Amino acid sequence: MIETFDLSKTFGDFVAVDGVHLQVRAGKVLALLGPNGAGKTTTIRMLTAILRPTRGWAKIAGEDIRTAPDLVRAKVGVLTEQHGLYGRMRTTEYLDFYGELYNLDAATRQRRIAALLERFGLSEVADRRISEFSKGMRQKLALARTLLHRPPVLLLDEPTSAMDPQSARLVRDAIHQLRSEERSIIICTHNLSEAEELADQIAIIRRGRIIAQGNPKTLKQQLLGIPEYEIQLGKGLNGHLPNLPNDVEVTGYGEIWLRYRTAHPERDNPAVLWYFLSNDMPVISLKETGGDLEQVYLRAITTVEEAAHVA
Amino acid sequence: MWHNLRQELRPVLIITRREISDQFRDWRIMAPIIVLTVFFPALMNFTAERAVNFVAKYGADIVGDRLIPFLLMVVGFFPISISLVIALESFVGEKERRSIEPLLSTPLKDWQLYLGKLLASMAPPLLASYLGTLVYLVGVYFQVGWRPPGILLAQILTLVVVQATVMVSGAVVVSTQTTSVRAANLLASFIIIPMALLIQAESIVMFWATYSALWWIIFGQLLLAAVLVRMGIAYFNREELLGRELDVIDLSGSARVFWRYFRGQAHSLLAWYRYELPQALRRVRLPLFLMTLVLGATLLIGAGQASRFPIPTEKLQRENLQSGTIQGLEVIPLYSASGVVTVWGHNLRTMLLATLGAIFSFGILGILILMLPFMLIGYFLAVMTSAGYSPLLFFAAFVLPHGIFEIPAIVLVGAALLHLGATLMTPSQGRTLGEAWLDALATWAKILLGLVVPLLLAAALVEVLFTPQAIQWFFSI
Repeated sequence: MIETFDLSKTFGDFVAVDGVHLQVRAGKVLALLGPNGAGKTTTIRMLTAILRPTRGWAKIAGEDIRTAPDLVRAKVGVLTEQHGLYGRMRTTEYLDFYGELYNLDAATRQRRIAALLERFGLSEVADRRISEFSKGMRQKLALARTLLHRPPVLLLDEPTSAMDPQSARLVRDAIHQLRSEERSIIICTHNLSEAEELADQIAIIRRGRIIAQGNPKTLKQQLLGIPEYEIQLGKGLNGHLPNLPNDVEVTGYGEIWLRYRTAHPERDNPAVLWYFLSNDMPVISLKETGGDLEQVYLRAITTVEEAAHVA
Repeated sequence: MWHNLRQELRPVLIITRREISDQFRDWRIMAPIIVLTVFFPALMNFTAERAVNFVAKYGADIVGDRLIPFLLMVVGFFPISISLVIALESFVGEKERRSIEPLLSTPLKDWQLYLGKLLASMAPPLLASYLGTLVYLVGVYFQVGWRPPGILLAQILTLVVVQATVMVSGAVVVSTQTTSVRAANLLASFIIIPMALLIQAESIVMFWATYSALWWIIFGQLLLAAVLVRMGIAYFNREELLGRELDVIDLSGSARVFWRYFRGQAHSLLAWYRYELPQALRRVRLPLFLMTLVLGATLLIGAGQASRFPIPTEKLQRENLQSGTIQGLEVIPLYSASGVVTVWGHNLRTMLLATLGAIFSFGILGILILMLPFMLIGYFLAVMTSAGYSPLLFFAAFVLPHGIFEIPAIVLVGAALLHLGATLMTPSQGRTLGEAWLDALATWAKILLGLVVPLLLAAALVEVLFTPQAIQWFFSI
């Protein structure tokens, strides 16, 4: 469980993080999005008890970052933006060094290192020097280091950056599995489709402040309005608008397609499908149009910028 | 307790082990260490043998006798000079490569990481130094049959450890204030230059063969090492290491911070005097007390010198004094405004000189400068007493009139300088070293401008217009 209240950090006159409230329960993933320099890394550093907050507090797995920083660090696994690997060390040696720092006994270290190397496909390079690794391999090794002490809280900064699609898929699957193991996870990423896939909650941070927060569906509704759907048909409409449920607002149509908005897609989409199928009109596809996280993100950022401009 | 200590030291040794094994894989570190361990001592053996034989031809055996211990010191010192490079690489290099952040994310305590790296930076060069010393001693024994006195060997071996500690702890302080090895190397000249000067002083000691002076050098460096380690522990912390991202000089930013601290909450000169100045004085309460003690002790030390450097009694009689025993007073035009300005300016220059010295020496040099007049007062009090004068009357005539203003001014400046020096060694929660130092400098400026400058003006007025009369009165009794 990660909980923050009014978490703030200033460096001299510069406000890096300003009054951040977050809550990530066990088994949930929060994606922290924001432009470069928005305060993501400073927030992560405060949650790792590396930096002391100027104001507010945060609890990590029940431990206060201000009063029990050592305990917090023992319960957090951090994947930093820069991997911070020691090039002259060998893979196993490196993980063993960190295992020792986390006070794991030799047998546990050996067992977990072998399992993690297997999980991330690094077993074959167990004795290789890290300086010989590709960027993706380094990222996987850094992730293995993060998971070595089995922390209940994970803070992952750009977990799939510099990875090939196959490796990125591997890591995303690992994150899904970690969530199912009841861990609280915060991901900082610029990859919005990844955030959409992985996150239960989204928080958008800009100039140190959270400007939008919620689950992806709520955020979409808040920022983009009622979602729009497009249905592709196997047969022409012949210029006739179908008789759709009352709450469905048709926004456009062509010979074999139709767009509509509904605030209750879980109720209305099956009804729309049922209408066409029962009228012997085959449905090729039904999908949401344009309502992806990227639009949400851009809308959030521009809304705040416009407000600031007006002010 | 032993178990707890072992548990606490365990991470320290893990860090040390990793760092050392990393160093052994780096040829840039290993190559000079090997050269300085094996080849350099052998070269010194050769040099010693040739030099001893050469000077013996001219009957200057003493040169050879002094050269061999001197070369012992050199052989011991050269390998530990590498510790500075290793320390800069270990501390700031890791920061530059960003490999320090995962390390800081572990449950390691700041002091454990500091100590682990400190030991790792010192251990291989020290080992090399001792091995080099051994190689040199064995060689020189077989070549010229020289064996070092036990005390001298102990001094050299201790000196090596202390010098390594000073360099490494200094390098840590440097590394906390920089984000790149390049910047750290530039700042390292603050360590290299004083160390080079110190080695020259040690060389003189070795050729002079006043080996007991080495203990004082060791003691002095131990104190310096303690100060630097204290500073290192204070500033080698997560907040300082990752909270600082830039090496850029920001003079206007520094000026703004200084002005903010100097002005405080005050919006008028009256408010500044009523609230900010008393607050500054409260901050230097302890240094004020310490400074009073130091200056009191200085009086006693000065008095103690009277028996070592006596002035013949007849020279202190009034008629002799008038015939020119006291010289140099003619530059001060007594009983005139220009005399007041001269004395005031002189005292202000002394205060500024003391401040300049204090900035580069944790306050020590500044305090030493301020101690000098008290040393003289103590000395003359004792001298005049032995010449049959009343010390109280002497004090009342020569010192007290202007001293009422000048002595508090000296104590105040000394306290502010002690505070300034101590700030560098004290952790400052939530502030950078620079901010804390600018705050202490603002405290110094408040005390100087608010109190010391007016006090010194009053002292100069009295010293030029009244004290000469009091002195005349003293000799007329």
